[in-house]
Amino acid sequence: MDLAEKVLDVVAAVDIVFWPVALDFKRRDVEEMADGAVAAAFVNGAIRTSEQEEMARLLRRKSKLLFAFGSCAHLGGIPGLANLSSRETILECVYGEGARPLAEWRDNGRTVTLPEFYDEVMALNQVVDVDYYIPGCPPTPKIVAQALEALLSGNMPEKGAVLAPDRALCEECPRRDTRPEKLALAGFKRPHEVLADPEQCLLAQGLVCMGPATRGGCEALCVQGNMPCSGCFGPTSRVRDYGGKALSALASMVDSNDAAEIERILQSVPDPTGTLYRYSLPSSLLRRKRAEVSHA
Amino acid sequence: MPETQARRITIDPVTRLEGHGKIDVFLDEQGNVERAFFQVPELRGFEKFVQGRPAEEMPQITSRICGVCPTAHHMAATKALDALYQVNPPPAARKIRELVYSAFMVEDHALHVYFLGGPDFIVGPKAPAAERNVLGVIARVGKETGLKVIAMRRKLRELIAVAGGKVIHPVLGLPGGVARRIQPEERTRFREIAAEAVDFALFTLETFDKLVLQNSDYVGLIISDAFTHRTYYMGMVDERNRVNFYDGRVRVVAPDGAEWAKFEADHYLDYLAERSEPWTYVKFCYLKPVGWRGFEDGPESGVYCVAPLARLNAAEGMATPLAQGAYARYFATLGGKPVHHTLANHWARVVELLYAAERLRELADDPEIIDPNIRTLPSATPARGIGIVEAPRGTLIHHYETDERGLIRKANLIVATQNNAARIAMSVEKAAKSLISGGQVSDGILNMIEMAFRAYDPCHGCATHSIAGVPALELRIRDSRGDTVRTMRRS
Repeated sequence: MDLAEKVLDVVAAVDIVFWPVALDFKRRDVEEMADGAVAAAFVNGAIRTSEQEEMARLLRRKSKLLFAFGSCAHLGGIPGLANLSSRETILECVYGEGARPLAEWRDNGRTVTLPEFYDEVMALNQVVDVDYYIPGCPPTPKIVAQALEALLSGNMPEKGAVLAPDRALCEECPRRDTRPEKLALAGFKRPHEVLADPEQCLLAQGLVCMGPATRGGCEALCVQGNMPCSGCFGPTSRVRDYGGKALSALASMVDSNDAAEIERILQSVPDPTGTLYRYSLPSSLLRRKRAEVSHA
Repeated sequence: MPETQARRITIDPVTRLEGHGKIDVFLDEQGNVERAFFQVPELRGFEKFVQGRPAEEMPQITSRICGVCPTAHHMAATKALDALYQVNPPPAARKIRELVYSAFMVEDHALHVYFLGGPDFIVGPKAPAAERNVLGVIARVGKETGLKVIAMRRKLRELIAVAGGKVIHPVLGLPGGVARRIQPEERTRFREIAAEAVDFALFTLETFDKLVLQNSDYVGLIISDAFTHRTYYMGMVDERNRVNFYDGRVRVVAPDGAEWAKFEADHYLDYLAERSEPWTYVKFCYLKPVGWRGFEDGPESGVYCVAPLARLNAAEGMATPLAQGAYARYFATLGGKPVHHTLANHWARVVELLYAAERLRELADDPEIIDPNIRTLPSATPARGIGIVEAPRGTLIHHYETDERGLIRKANLIVATQNNAARIAMSVEKAAKSLISGGQVSDGILNMIEMAFRAYDPCHGCATHSIAGVPALELRIRDSRGDTVRTMRRS
């Protein structure tokens, strides 16, 4: 719906067969279609419940092309930070001493069922085969429109592609020219602690901006709002683990060779996990919190 | 078509709402409804996984609870940060926030009127399923009008994107202000958009009048017992008890319309409590002093209602002139206060849309909005902060507790749809019992059962925000020889 007027062109060009937020087609309507009958499915959201997995599998079976739409489907997204907690701790935090939702609840001969709540959040490609990825939280209207145009004109890139420019965000940032050749920081600042200059590179001002580690394509919207990039477009194709890349980018800016000083500077990033893996924990090499950690 | 087993009818998924849901209707031997369950089938657990995150990130993290009302979470979180750091934003910052919020309320209410709930009336409750949608609305009102609606939402979203960086998941909110000022030439454009929004709101009210209120079948449906519950109503009001979306105190009226409570954000836990059921993931709110007596109407039951119907009931008027006129007419037509008819939410939403548009115009016309002083830097040590706004779907509460570095220790979120969850469950069951008899069901009847929840404009994305956790991850930084130079660990 963010396509605004263009959505009418899209509707004129295709038949939409399932779109729960806007149209009254039901799951049964999809089930009754022949396998492969749907040209393309755009699936948003990560996978956390048995029902989400069933729906992903159903749409995969019915569709020739499956697109992971948005950060949650692409990388696991912000709700993927729940992988830092076990299923049990989450249920305990939410329901405490109260009634727990049950997969099957029997009441006077009636059985009411709920989907299973999995122990882990998964990106879409950890459950089904994904053809293309439309990144972003949310994907911008421009990259969505470009993806639809490519699809309708039969002009799709190689399978597995992320449908956004394969370059770092800094390259398209309006503050690019204010970024020093070599950043040398004596500490990181948090956004509420400073009045950020609206023209200068945010990294040069000591704010943790994920531009160097993040794929471009959004045209630096957050930076245009005078806030740092938080990495929702994920990595470029050359990077396997977004957080690792982001960490190495930040570490390279630390202006010290002294261990204690480096320690102090890195302490100024108060939540490294949530900062580096904000959108990508389920799809990262870490994937989730491990029960045991051996200490060096 | 519905999935019908011998004694069960399932509507899966329910449609034209945000998020996922399912309705299970159980019939007795005669084919009449015994029970109906409106289920929210997912859970995410934001309250758990935000633990350990820096508080100043909460406006952006919690906005991800929902792609439709991110601005509501963003603003409730930002206000909670003001309280957490005990800091007041400068006048321009406060006005910029409310400007963005008003634009959001107009475009979000317009989404429901034309895309989500409106098709039930504009196209018809029993129209063929394939036409009961925005395309059916456009076919009915004409493509030119359809384009006008779409263009208006685009312009409002453009305003939010300019002021907030992004329209979905904006980035403007910081404790004590906003991240970015408004430039004079931007304000010129905002004033045009705001003036257009008021015209658009009046047009929407006229359209509603013509297509719904002048249709006696629809009016009969709105005031029918099948869609009526006598409960408490809650909404935020200003110092003169007029509806306010951004700031004020929370007022609750009893089923007879009398004021039952009025409280500051800080005291919400004295009034509201939550409980769970084994058949759904959503938690149900109720009025703590009244108590939980089950899914029941009346003054003895703690079930209450939020969102447009409730806000108009809980207030004594609107703060802008055109909306005040619409408010008076609404109550005069529906027989005075409070209005207990669930489907009247649709009309109340249009009255609120007009208020939001007028408020947007007031703020865009205010020269102070371009003042460059937009931040008060916080200096207090953070501990606890609670922020409340009225989301399009009702009262939204963010409550954070942090350590002295401002890292979240505990978060409690009461979201709009949770406040309404009990009354929605009751509404779906009552509609099912009233409309299904002798096992006779049709697609039209099932859609009318869906209309019972749709009027509230529920958001199941929000309702299932819940998640919890303490990060215990370790990152090791090694130098080029592979030696560990730094280990970062959270536990």
